[in-house]
Amino acid sequence: MRLGPRLEQRVATALLWVMTAMTIGVLVFIIVFVLRKGLPVIDVGFLTKNPVDMGKGGGIFSTVIGTVSLTAFAILIATPLGVGTAIYLTEYTWENAMTRVIRFGAECLAGIPSIIFGLFGFILFVTKLGFGWSILSGGLTLAFMILPTIIRTSEEAIKSVPPDYRTVSFSLGSTKWQTVTRVVLPSALPGIVTGVILSVGRSIGETAAVIFTAGSALRIPTSVFSSSRTMSVHFYIMAREGISMPRAYGTAAVLIIAILAVNIATYYLMNRFIRRYS
Amino acid sequence: MNRLERRDRLIRLALLMIAFSAVSVLAVITIFMFGEGTPVMFKYGVKSFLAGRDWYPLEKSFGLWPMIVGSLYVTAGAMTVGIPFGLACAIVLTEFSSRRVRRVIKPVIELLAGIPSVVYGFMGVVILIPFIREKLGGPGLSVLAASIILGVMVLPTIISISVDSIQAVPAAYREGSLALGATKLQTVKMVILPAARSGIIASIILGMGRAVGETMAVIMIAGNAISVPHSILDPVRTLTSNIALEMGYAAGEHRQALFATGVVLFVIIMILNTVANVTSSRRGGPGR
Amino acid sequence: MRRRVFTGLIILVAACLLCCGRNRSETSLIVAGSTSVQPFADKWAEVFMERHPGIGVNVQGGGSSAGIQACLSGACQIGTSSRELKPEEKILHEIVVARDGLAIVVNPSNPVRGATLEQIKEMFEGSLRNWMMLGGPDREITVVTREEGSGTRGAFQELVMGKARIFKGAITEDSNGTVREIVANDPYAVGFISLGLVNEEVRALSLDGVEGNENNILEGRYKLVRPFLFLSRGEPSGLAKEFIDFVLSAEGQELIKKEGLIPAR
Repeated sequence: MRLGPRLEQRVATALLWVMTAMTIGVLVFIIVFVLRKGLPVIDVGFLTKNPVDMGKGGGIFSTVIGTVSLTAFAILIATPLGVGTAIYLTEYTWENAMTRVIRFGAECLAGIPSIIFGLFGFILFVTKLGFGWSILSGGLTLAFMILPTIIRTSEEAIKSVPPDYRTVSFSLGSTKWQTVTRVVLPSALPGIVTGVILSVGRSIGETAAVIFTAGSALRIPTSVFSSSRTMSVHFYIMAREGISMPRAYGTAAVLIIAILAVNIATYYLMNRFIRRYS
Repeated sequence: MNRLERRDRLIRLALLMIAFSAVSVLAVITIFMFGEGTPVMFKYGVKSFLAGRDWYPLEKSFGLWPMIVGSLYVTAGAMTVGIPFGLACAIVLTEFSSRRVRRVIKPVIELLAGIPSVVYGFMGVVILIPFIREKLGGPGLSVLAASIILGVMVLPTIISISVDSIQAVPAAYREGSLALGATKLQTVKMVILPAARSGIIASIILGMGRAVGETMAVIMIAGNAISVPHSILDPVRTLTSNIALEMGYAAGEHRQALFATGVVLFVIIMILNTVANVTSSRRGGPGR
Repeated sequence: MRRRVFTGLIILVAACLLCCGRNRSETSLIVAGSTSVQPFADKWAEVFMERHPGIGVNVQGGGSSAGIQACLSGACQIGTSSRELKPEEKILHEIVVARDGLAIVVNPSNPVRGATLEQIKEMFEGSLRNWMMLGGPDREITVVTREEGSGTRGAFQELVMGKARIFKGAITEDSNGTVREIVANDPYAVGFISLGLVNEEVRALSLDGVEGNENNILEGRYKLVRPFLFLSRGEPSGLAKEFIDFVLSAEGQELIKKEGLIPAR
């Protein structure tokens, strides 16, 4: 059926818009659905009480602590490593075979599925190194998962610091390291922080790698060697086993709100960063 | 060499070591996996390992074929959902919307990427599976369910990279085409999309990589049966679910077989990533 | 500022490495394994921790085989299992802490109320595919099973299937709760779960005319029974022994009796 080009364009445009609306509609639907069923469950008690009876009662406090500790641990390990790598790649060498190898390594690491990290973390940290199911095992595994993201965003951030900053700093007599730490890094900070926040968002939602390395104990973790359950693991278990649907929705709602907050923070920071340099 | 210079040298060395951390972790994971997985593959014969149809690990029967097919079907299904909708969104975002609309829609799509996979899986369980079971038949836990949910999950990847590629097409192309009298649609179809082709293909391949590697959502909605699915309404098990379901208790050769599954997965994803990198670096355009 | 963060990190890592070789704290116990045992172990743990503040008992799932492996490798002090140990696993010290029936469950809307053991076997083997053969509606049976390492599946395999394999098209899930959820939502599904976990969302079939309940189990009429085991490397001592003593005490046994399990003796 040959339509004239004008009509064809109208039809096609309409179709494209419909498909886009459907896509956005799915997202909005998911968020609204979860929030509608989950928000009523959330109150101060939900967030501050521990799960009772395998999650049938009580709140999600210990899982909140678990999520926070695990994420904090992962960030603490991955940020120095990632930023250090980025600094080395941009400031201390030129493009050669070694930097290509390092970048290739980071790219590959980014593509590995989370379950393989979980498998690796389980065998290495939990079993062979004897850390057991713990925040230590989970945090280390998560750290390696978010490392590529931090390297990539830090590199971008450092690269976009104008070269003049560096030249001026050198001309004033500072060493390379002083330039890096007192001039380049502070300017690149919003970009680096953006990468860190992105990784926080990813860690909050990560389940496959965490469940096999940090375990699923319901109690508040007492040390890095304690097993701990994160909110996403808790949600997974409760939803799968039908332990308490309202609480499952509540946990999901908290998760989504946390991730929404992270996304908004990232977006805001990115905008500030771009505006500063354009 | 004075003190400051010596300190700078040390710092450079320290940073070099740190920079190698990413590579070393990758190396350790790869060596570990291949080291543990390949002996088992060779012991039982690579062919029978990959093409065998029986996965009964406690009886030492390791046939990965149903899972390989499972991963392929589910990924293909995800692409069938993801590519049309993803491209549609990308085109609308770049060609048919104003800057203000774009500023609203783009972050919304990025939010889609942030939702945890377990929430997607849960949505599938609560809404999609009863629908499929009642209206289409079968247990509901099926290739179809997995394809739809995974398709939605890879949309952000396809959209954002395609948007970048389309925006990278020089304005001259667009303007030239319109000046010659083509409609907007004709311009998109015959000028812009072909020009952005390599980036779009890269986005699709990266999306495939993501779909192949997804675990949690798939375990919740695919049914995990160890048979080769004959229709999209049949339950299916993917390579990732296989690892996740059995990891906790696998010992000895069974555990090595899971590493071998990981090796297969790893190889597939490496191939996909390399192809994506190669196609995206080969940009068609003027002056080539 | 960066230097301080850096140094702080070095100290943190060093501290972790120092604590690495040390034994896990004596005030915390890890109980890992069967998902059938898990909710009851958790109940025991809750009460035990109320009695002994400052002591932590962490209960994990993973499946019976996972618990056995974890116990063998030292990842947990007490492993739990809902099936008998295999000969090569018998090096572990085992204690029966409860007994549990195995229930074959269907959706409450399913008119089929009972079946013979042979019919159950055929359903799971894949040779009996339609509810009509059991007097139900003309629909294909959706078979739900557990993963291979599950103690519940192991017990089911031993007590019902014998030498026959569970067929490949069966939906596989990784915990009792998940199987129950699926059966509760699918009118044409059948699965097996711990008898103690049957609630009003699913209905247990009677086998060869015998209902699955405590009475019938104690009198030996209902045949699908398996032990809940607590496992340890060698004789349990210290915290593990205290916990096990509590579990086997009259109070501990009464606790799980109320939840639907059969006491150990």
